[in-house]
Amino acid sequence: MRDRLIFIGQFIFTLLVAGFLVVPAILSISAGVTVNYFRGIQSGVTLQWVAQVWELYAGTILLSFVVAFATLAATLVTGVPAAYALHVRGGRLSRIVEEIITLPLAIPGLAIALALLLTYGGFGDFRRSWLFILVGHVIFTMPFMVRSVMAVFATVDIKTLDEGAASLGASPWRRFRDVIVPNALPGILAGSLMVVTLSLGEFNLTWMLHTPLTKTLPIGLADSYASMRLEVASAYTLIFFVMIIPLLVAMQLFAEKEQKR
Amino acid sequence: MSHRSFVWLCLLPLAAVTVAFFLLPMARLVVTGAEGPQGLAGYLAILTEPRYRATLLNTVLLATATTIVTLIVATVAGMFLQRHRFPGRAILIAMLTFPLAFPGVVVGFMIILLAGRQGLIGDFSNRVLGEKLVFAYSIYGLFLGYLYFSIPRVILTIMAAVQKLDTGLEEAARSLGASPWAVQRDVVLPALAPAFVASGAIAFATAMGAFGTAFTLATNIDVLPMLIYTEFTLAANFSVSAALSVGLGIITWLILALARSFSGSAVAAAG
Repeated sequence: MRDRLIFIGQFIFTLLVAGFLVVPAILSISAGVTVNYFRGIQSGVTLQWVAQVWELYAGTILLSFVVAFATLAATLVTGVPAAYALHVRGGRLSRIVEEIITLPLAIPGLAIALALLLTYGGFGDFRRSWLFILVGHVIFTMPFMVRSVMAVFATVDIKTLDEGAASLGASPWRRFRDVIVPNALPGILAGSLMVVTLSLGEFNLTWMLHTPLTKTLPIGLADSYASMRLEVASAYTLIFFVMIIPLLVAMQLFAEKEQKR
Repeated sequence: MSHRSFVWLCLLPLAAVTVAFFLLPMARLVVTGAEGPQGLAGYLAILTEPRYRATLLNTVLLATATTIVTLIVATVAGMFLQRHRFPGRAILIAMLTFPLAFPGVVVGFMIILLAGRQGLIGDFSNRVLGEKLVFAYSIYGLFLGYLYFSIPRVILTIMAAVQKLDTGLEEAARSLGASPWAVQRDVVLPALAPAFVASGAIAFATAMGAFGTAFTLATNIDVLPMLIYTEFTLAANFSVSAALSVGLGIITWLILALARSFSGSAVAAAG
């Protein structure tokens, strides 16, 4: 009887916490398709707010995708070979390098953005282009790519495979392409999902690095929260959810599959 | 090409990007912090200047409160979810963890929808008490926002730690006559201590540096990230904002490094 009461108490508590997290998201989704949020859903269901957001902010959504995929390309090209080198080389230097590239996780994005602004703010053309945002995103997401690839290397005996291919006469480049990358694929995929998800939602750095002509989706969101009616802000958030939730689900499924292996 | 030089070549692009766009700018930030009228003493302004000190204190208190409440909430819910199997459990876990990838600005908006002028809480209190409760833009709203993004992170760590607990120890304690409460206090909670330290440090560091949520909600509240932002953009006070952000960076980095040396696993703060 007592156990039953404790169970029910904990269950209700957990339900309340889940409600705290989910209810506002549901409110936001419903507000985005309601004619008048103040009068409630009885006022009718509409897609006019979504259309209005598309009219006003389509550019930000497009730029977010451009930045996210450019970030992905940059972290793949620099991060995957580096993860291989750090794993093969090992030792103190590798640990220090890993430590340094992980620092952006521990330092608030605001500080990194200020540092970039103080150093490169004077280079007008660079400052005004979306490449300035890209640089920030690459620094911020790099550790996720490198670490998720290194995690895979730690589980498959990459050194033996590498040496085996070398003893058969394969050049370093061929070994990298035909042995290392295929074996690292699960880590590369997991890292890629993480990089794209983080880049699409990045605000702290981006807010400092953007210009009126280089606004990404989260920048547009902040803008709409401050100056638009609640329905428009909600419709915009709804579009963001639609973009980000499939990525989250994919990440979750991927993690479960990896756990079962 | 030898294997050795190929390995170096693999490292080269990352090294170039990191030096050019992270190490060099960070060095510049540290130098700028000492370029104000007070020179190196500018770094002490965060402690000596009453306004900055009050803001620092405010931020630390808010982050501490967030950490404590998050740990309590996440432990109760996480323990429950890991120890019981019931229909709908998977959905409940998904509901508790899906805000993980929300940017700080979106979390701010969630709080506006809960406690803003057209919010659910105000609507409810208006009907029940005849008075509209609106606190999204106060420190309580900010606190609620920090809870919103901390709970999912911490719950995942706690659930993983509970899963690894040796239930044999609890049974042994029970068979020796310990009450359920004593088992929790003397067996379960001490075993979870490393998870508390690790996830508590993430919650604390994230709350210290959170900018997006504060940007949406805290136009009138003094927290450190907002102070840095206003000093930089509105007052164009580069040296002060640089010194403050170096200070903030050192605080968050130290806390995470301490937690890592305790728990042995890597932790990250974002938001």
